[in-house]
Amino acid sequence: MNNTKKFDNSGNEFLAFTLGREEYGIDILKVQEIRGYEQVTRIANAPDFVKGVVNLRGIIVPIVDMRIKFDLGEPTYDQFTVVIILNIGGRIMGMVVDSVSDVITLNAEQIKPAPEMGTTFNTDYLTGLGTLDERMLILIDIDKLMSSAEMGLIEAIAA
Amino acid sequence: MTIDMRQFFQVFFDETEELLAEMEKLLLSINLAAPDEEELNAIFRAAHSIKGGAGTFGITDLTDITHELETLLDLIRKGEMGLTAKHVDAFLEAKDILKMQLDGHRLHTPVNQETVTACRCRLQALAHFAGAQPSQRIANQSTSSSPAGTRRLTIALPSMPPSELESLSLELATLGMLTRSSQLDGKPVLTLDTTSTIDDVAAICMFLVDPKEMLITEDNQHIPGAAETDAGFGFFEPMNVDQLAGSPLLAAHELATEKAREQAQGYGFFAPFTTFVAPEAPAVIHHDAPEVAADMRSAANRREPERATASSESTSIRVSIEKVDQLINLVGELVITQAMLEQRTDKLDPMLHERLLNSVTQLTRNTRDLQEAVMSIRMMPMDYVFSRFPRMVRDLAGKLGKKVEFVTIGAATELDKGLIERIIDPLTHLVRNSIDHGIELPAQRAAAGKNETGRLSLSASHQGGNIVIEVTDDGGGLSRERILGKAVESGLPVSDAMPDAEVWQLIFAPGFTTAEEVTDISGRGVGMDVVKRNIGSLGGSVDIRSAAGFGTTISISLPLTLAILDGMSVRVGEEIYILPLGYVIESLQPEVIDVKGISGQGRVIKVRGEYLPLIALHEIFGITPQHQNPSDGIVVILESDGRKAALFVDDLVGQQQVVVKNLESNYRKVAGISGATILGDGGVSLIVDVSTLIRSSQRLADETLFSS
Amino acid sequence: MTKTVLAVDDSASLRQMVAFSLRAAGYLVTEAVDGQDGLEKARTQIFDLVLTDQNMPRLDGLALIRALRALSTYQKVPILMLTTESSDEMKLKGKAAGANGWLVKPFDPQRLIEVVKKVIG
Repeated sequence: MNNTKKFDNSGNEFLAFTLGREEYGIDILKVQEIRGYEQVTRIANAPDFVKGVVNLRGIIVPIVDMRIKFDLGEPTYDQFTVVIILNIGGRIMGMVVDSVSDVITLNAEQIKPAPEMGTTFNTDYLTGLGTLDERMLILIDIDKLMSSAEMGLIEAIAA
Repeated sequence: MTIDMRQFFQVFFDETEELLAEMEKLLLSINLAAPDEEELNAIFRAAHSIKGGAGTFGITDLTDITHELETLLDLIRKGEMGLTAKHVDAFLEAKDILKMQLDGHRLHTPVNQETVTACRCRLQALAHFAGAQPSQRIANQSTSSSPAGTRRLTIALPSMPPSELESLSLELATLGMLTRSSQLDGKPVLTLDTTSTIDDVAAICMFLVDPKEMLITEDNQHIPGAAETDAGFGFFEPMNVDQLAGSPLLAAHELATEKAREQAQGYGFFAPFTTFVAPEAPAVIHHDAPEVAADMRSAANRREPERATASSESTSIRVSIEKVDQLINLVGELVITQAMLEQRTDKLDPMLHERLLNSVTQLTRNTRDLQEAVMSIRMMPMDYVFSRFPRMVRDLAGKLGKKVEFVTIGAATELDKGLIERIIDPLTHLVRNSIDHGIELPAQRAAAGKNETGRLSLSASHQGGNIVIEVTDDGGGLSRERILGKAVESGLPVSDAMPDAEVWQLIFAPGFTTAEEVTDISGRGVGMDVVKRNIGSLGGSVDIRSAAGFGTTISISLPLTLAILDGMSVRVGEEIYILPLGYVIESLQPEVIDVKGISGQGRVIKVRGEYLPLIALHEIFGITPQHQNPSDGIVVILESDGRKAALFVDDLVGQQQVVVKNLESNYRKVAGISGATILGDGGVSLIVDVSTLIRSSQRLADETLFSS
Repeated sequence: MTKTVLAVDDSASLRQMVAFSLRAAGYLVTEAVDGQDGLEKARTQIFDLVLTDQNMPRLDGLALIRALRALSTYQKVPILMLTTESSDEMKLKGKAAGANGWLVKPFDPQRLIEVVKKVIG
């Protein structure tokens, strides 16, 4: 049961989603909306995890498939595929995930530091491990990840 | 007469509070295993009512959550999604959030936005988690065909008391769509479109009617479905006339315009009213420019007109840049819609749909006029830029010991505000260059027989759809030898036979400078390539004209409007790309013999006697093309910066005005692409960066043609 | 002669807004709180125009329209649906039920008056 009546949790609400066999969580404030997967327009010569761009109410938004980028199983695209639209410092981008679970609240005791090894993501991008009942969520600093040079979504300032 | 909505707020707040309380009560008592349909409907209605009221009275923050609630509840009450405890929890939470927002309005208590967002996402997540596609549902709500297996039954009944007929009609109406034709000698005849069988229908009738006295027949008549045609369905004659199947020819071509107009104005009628409309009959209104969208309209209604700035300027008003930008965006959307309309009506027979097509043409004209008018709001005179220079020129000339007369021409020429800001830096650099390297010291000038005082001019003028800004000096001009020499040193591909115009372009190469001394002003060689790139990113181009001993002119050409472009759409493989029409000379299907390969270096194509480099778009973008041979596909001749090239694509799709959207705001610069656009069907198409493409191909061609 | 309008909507605030606006424009407006109430009122008086919301308890908009059309007195009376969407599906159902047209919510009082004028003058 996760219904709390008081609204004073600050920065502890996470959107839970799955990629491959693991469950992840990201700060709810970075999430703009959740959509189904729609036809993308391919971007020439982009890395394969950048599926392309879509028209989101008049704005051009790039869509990346995390399953391809981090090599997590077979990426499929059907009516159940979910895209999480993120707002990272004013930049809107979408990421394809396997499924979205729900929004959960974690308090400080429920979040433990991330281990050094054994996760798909570089620990630089993790803010910790969240535990809720029997679930373990890998909490990602989505801001850092999406802005990283590794993702290559944002052009580094060049001379 | 304007009516103040605020008088209804209190009622709305009370009503909403009641609805929320009711919603909670129902949610707490609902049976998850077998939810009562009426209860589900009641909960849906509550959310629906709150949303509707919030929209009507402008209390829009409530609409986000209620919209999501409505979506989910609708799916659940239609049986397309199961109701779980999770849903109920989320709904109860939503109710709390709505109460919080309501109290925020009523009592001005604080509203925690984070929880609002979290709730909204939670609801959306539920919508997607269960695998239902509510977004698709919403997207599809405008089309729905009559379900397969719909039959039209004609039910002839004996004469019966009106109340019984009424009851029976109500009952039958639950099976499908019931319409009632006129009575034949006192006996009612009903028509029912339904998927139910005749037996089912008969069974219902038999509650009230003796089976021997009624007759049910099935029409084999084809039932028009809403999805069938865009134009011309659904506007039958009113009910009390026999002819129910209506005439599809009922001004079919007018109905498409009707439909578009109805969509825009937010109401419509199934058949024209003959009684009270007299002077303004609802015929095709071709002199009205259709409205952009309901949003714009209601927003415009709610906004007060700007007050004129206090005293002096009564002929101008202050408007925030955001409002202007929004206006421009909306006009952009209008352009898309208009393009879509053009596209759809394109396929119609001009004879049959003459009036519709005339209206569409009229719309195109109106849109263009509106577009120009709106764009002109953002236009500023070049003087804004020019006025910075006199001081700078004077100071710089003084510092360098030169005498310079500074002249501006065409300062009143207007340019879009966004471009103006971005042209200042490049122009500054060019002006500095002119003074530093172009104009000679007074002694040198005198020795060359020139006036000691050099002349530097900045001019601006409109040419075609562009603005041309020129920096001209009467200095020593560019030295061809020095530039070529430096180019060779830098390893750039050059030849003695290169025409001057191309030699001058070499100074834009990164790191290039022929300055003998690096002064602190310029000459570090980091300037010109940046200038060129900046201008390129504004959608413009730079040309240089120079004559040794006489002077140099740097000419910048910029498009007048940043946002809307005339484009030619081309297809490569399965993808559509847009070529800015300004670069397109012509298109043709080449003969096989005209295409020649230069051993392993690429291909050229002979067009009207000259050889142009052949660029295969599918190679640039890594696409599997439909045609491998240029002679099977189409070649588009492009020109930029005085250079031509031939672009090989699979097919030409068409020509249309497109709204240019920035790719870099949310992504990054993509090589070969200058922007993105939203097509008439809502999809995205990328715009080819023609000038860069041609430039890189030119190098290739030069290499191939001139290297030994 | 002053025209009469029957306004049927279960939302009090909306109903009041409609009534107030139309009264200000010179019409005589009777309010009904749901379809059933609307039907009962329609039986006692023949209105010049009926405006009805769709989602209501007891008897919803479409059912009300069908019921009205089943009455001999309401064969020719103009009936307009107040609807939150302008989908083809809505139009199909409305037309089939016997409505003469629709008005999309939210609407502002000006539009409402404009439409009513178009219909009954």
